[in-house]
Amino acid sequence: MSQTQFAVKPARPWKLSIRSLIPDILGAFFTVFGSLAIVAITPLKGKLGFALVLITLAIITATTVSWLRKDRKAAMNSRTTVLVYIAAAFVIIPLTSILYEVVRLGTAGFSLRIFTEDMSVTASDTDLSEGGLLHAVIGTAYVVFFATILSTPIGVLTALYIVEVKGRFAGLVRFFVQAMSGVPSIVAGLFIFAFWMIQMGNAYSGVAGAFALTVLMIPTVARTSEEVLKLIPQDLREAGLALGATQWRTVATVVIPAAKSGLVTAIILGIARVVGETAPLLVTIGGADAVNLNPLDGNMSAFPMYVWKNLLIGSPNAVSRAWLGLFVLMVSVLIFFAMARYFSSARRRSA
Amino acid sequence: MSNQDNPATTNDREESMSQVTGSQASNTRDRNANNRSVSSHSLADVANARLTKVGTPTISGSGLEARGIHAWFGSKHVLEDISLDFFTGTVTALIGPSGCGKSTFIRILNRMHEFIPTAALAGQVILDGKDVYDSGVDVTKIRLKVGMVFQKPNPFPSMTIKENVLSGLKLSQLKIENADELLESCLRRAGLWDEVKDRLNEYGGALSGGQQQRLCIARSLAVNPQVLLMDEPCSALDPGSTLRIEETIRELSDSMSIVIVTHNMQQAARVSDYTGFFLSDGGPGRLIESGTTNDIFTNPREKRTEDYVSGRFG
Repeated sequence: MSQTQFAVKPARPWKLSIRSLIPDILGAFFTVFGSLAIVAITPLKGKLGFALVLITLAIITATTVSWLRKDRKAAMNSRTTVLVYIAAAFVIIPLTSILYEVVRLGTAGFSLRIFTEDMSVTASDTDLSEGGLLHAVIGTAYVVFFATILSTPIGVLTALYIVEVKGRFAGLVRFFVQAMSGVPSIVAGLFIFAFWMIQMGNAYSGVAGAFALTVLMIPTVARTSEEVLKLIPQDLREAGLALGATQWRTVATVVIPAAKSGLVTAIILGIARVVGETAPLLVTIGGADAVNLNPLDGNMSAFPMYVWKNLLIGSPNAVSRAWLGLFVLMVSVLIFFAMARYFSSARRRSA
Repeated sequence: MSNQDNPATTNDREESMSQVTGSQASNTRDRNANNRSVSSHSLADVANARLTKVGTPTISGSGLEARGIHAWFGSKHVLEDISLDFFTGTVTALIGPSGCGKSTFIRILNRMHEFIPTAALAGQVILDGKDVYDSGVDVTKIRLKVGMVFQKPNPFPSMTIKENVLSGLKLSQLKIENADELLESCLRRAGLWDEVKDRLNEYGGALSGGQQQRLCIARSLAVNPQVLLMDEPCSALDPGSTLRIEETIRELSDSMSIVIVTHNMQQAARVSDYTGFFLSDGGPGRLIESGTTNDIFTNPREKRTEDYVSGRFG
């Protein structure tokens, strides 16, 4: 008995052998060289022409090879597979090229020193060995922090109203939240500008920017929280209520803890939504070159403002500063998204 | 005692039970004891066997009573004129085909019915002499007295085993001094203590389905209910877990009244003292027949009951 057990080896009989892959490999070679040949001998020129020919030829080759080797069904399957790969390439190529450019141009002037200096005594045109973006770091931190403090309770409570209370106006509130998520960000900025600054006579300040971002952040937080709360099984709510709890008590002790990591994800997604917003900040925080530690008063900077300002100046050093700002901003957004992914997968693990 | 006529079924538990239940209906039990010697396994035998084991229950006042209950979902009439008493210290089984309103009925008993937006109701549910649907009744107090165990085990996922058992206190904002004692007694009564005593700080989701369901029972016990409603508590469980939960039900029935909805006829015969048979002929569900489990399974008055319990339809 034991001998037969030793003789048995784990195998993967469903795996394709190299031999059976030969037609596919030949097809791929044919596609690439065929495209090159067509571009060389026909008037179709350039990268765009090559891409077009490559796509067309890839679809035709894959379909034909499958049809010849198997049947019509396999041919349709191959055609769709190639189409899906092409669609994926359309998404991945621009994304990686953006990433590549930002990293290439943004890391040029990067050093930890930029987190200790601002631009109050440095002109944008000077070499990148002087000046930094501390004022932008502090400005973005303030604006996003206050926006999060304001929009988290409003967003989560809105979601609770829609999912838990199911009040008479739940449908209406839901509609408005959805409509709000489509509001252009400059409109949110102008709303705060018109209301908080013109009407109520306040100057540029960090909190004004935070108000504008709050308007943008609430719909994201509310809609994501709503989806998360809907995932909590009705059974759990009933179990809580059947133990003699009031509805609020059930929500606070059972529903929210069960949805906790999802709600954290909702907040992080909200932050990621607003951290790169430029337009609403232009009209609310005013922009600055010096560190302003008072969020309640005075011009403030932020990453997007910093990038925008340096890009407008246009000299090579200023543009490098803009790329640097973009790079630091993008890395922080990436960190937020990574956190969101981490927390949402933590939820799946515990479930 | 008639139990002792039948040595095969004599053990400590039966003796203690027969002492508790006193001497009433000894004729019936003599007859049952004779029936036992026939080695067949019909449901009637199962019901008789239980009666032989635990005796006719002592009826110590009716704790819960449904009077003329009708229920609607929207314009659909789903229950018609149900009246049923549930005695303290007994187990009542509700049987009948799917969709005949058994679950709706027990959800009416602890006012869970009203969570369905289109639901409507007529009739009274009397608990300790008062209608639970009277205006001014604190519904959370009703649900404290009438606990519920659901079809699917649903321990709170964010809480440990310990927190799950004691969650009722937190949810209903009750204060208690000796929480650890209560924790142990609830888990013991639910028959789970030995399996989880070393892992009280693990999450409830880590337990098996049967253990989770017993955890849910322990959770309902922590707030000391008078009545425990069980909506097909074993339908998602394997036979071993089902057996454990049936033992739990039998032990609990000494101190409270239990209402159990089940599709398993054997289970109804094994655990219950009284049985109600629900049936819907396309219209609203009706209580076709109710009585002692022994009567329902041995000599039902209604032909339809007999057909159902003997498996000829449904």
